[in-house]
Amino acid sequence: MDYLIIIISAIFINNIVLAKFLGICPFLGVSKNTSTAVGMGAAVIFVITIATIITYLVQHYLLIPFNIGYMQTVTYILVIAFLVQVVEIIMKKVSPELYQALGVYLPLITTNCAILGVAILVIQQEFNLIKSVVFAVANGLGFMLAIIIFSSLREQLDTADLPEYMQGVPAALITASILSMAFMGFAGLV
Amino acid sequence: MATNIKHKENFLKGIVRENPVFVLLLGLCPTLGVTSSALNGLGMGVATVFVLVMSNLVVSLIKNLIPDKVRIPAFIVIIASFVTVVQLLMEAYTPALYDQLGLFIPLIVVNCIVLGRAEAFASRNSVVSSLIDGLGMGVGFTMALTLLGAIRELLGSLSIFGLQLIEGDGMLVFILAPGAFITLGFLIALMNWLKNRSATTK
Repeated sequence: MDYLIIIISAIFINNIVLAKFLGICPFLGVSKNTSTAVGMGAAVIFVITIATIITYLVQHYLLIPFNIGYMQTVTYILVIAFLVQVVEIIMKKVSPELYQALGVYLPLITTNCAILGVAILVIQQEFNLIKSVVFAVANGLGFMLAIIIFSSLREQLDTADLPEYMQGVPAALITASILSMAFMGFAGLV
Repeated sequence: MATNIKHKENFLKGIVRENPVFVLLLGLCPTLGVTSSALNGLGMGVATVFVLVMSNLVVSLIKNLIPDKVRIPAFIVIIASFVTVVQLLMEAYTPALYDQLGLFIPLIVVNCIVLGRAEAFASRNSVVSSLIDGLGMGVGFTMALTLLGAIRELLGSLSIFGLQLIEGDGMLVFILAPGAFITLGFLIALMNWLKNRSATTK
């Protein structure tokens, strides 16, 4: 039951993009059409899960035993940057098809604050390893859901007749606002 | 004299012409995440100014020592170190603000403005111009955050910098997530409109 609450809360109620404002850059940048949004979403789920597991292990077997908790930010960002590189290299060798699909999005992910944000959140909320993984996957799914809905809205927006100064980012942000209001409706769910 | 004008131009570009939030659209996560009040926006802005100026300074100082291939990881380590410094300072001296900003302080590390300026400017310019560039960009960012925070606070709780202007309840939605998106959307639209207007009247 605990896990179910974590999943529903991370995907719908505290959606990582629309309620917690993490990962806004790719959310606005890579949402011009649905197929790239799906690719970005999948890449985020993949990296967020692995990154959370590794940073969790780093925290509990390296930073805490050596009492160097203040190094958290520095080590996490290095782990994530390193991990993205490794994932890219392994993917290229093992599964070229997957690399073809996700490859271009991987370098962008290093500076996606959703990854670092979730890695820090699981430590702050003192989850155990399994809960952390569930939380990470659910947040990845939440990101994917938000970016897919948003990109399909933006595809419609392209054909809309808007004043010149509203075109592009302003219209996208206002759409995101309405989407965020819709997600607020889930608030009473848990 | 000529260099003075150049420095002034360099400083001002971050505030108006290349404002990181309204024009370059960088660093939107903290912009949206912490601006539920003017004070939070200002606090976040000042923390970012510190990181931006210090990382620009160090990057421009050691730009010739860093091999080209590992420059991005090197920049990230420099930035992360200064973020840690800010984090520890804020935890010690402004604990209330530290709690308010929470997760977004360590996330300055992945703020695209900081890495963007290190890569695009500090790694190929002199120490003094890098310092000025960092300061200008940081002040532009702070102004944008404070403005956004002030508007949201005014509409959401009818106060500004915590000072209650009118008794009563504001529109709560502006304090919540949707208010952040919509306010920024309209602010950027306003900037575009002003820019178009000045372009056509010229």
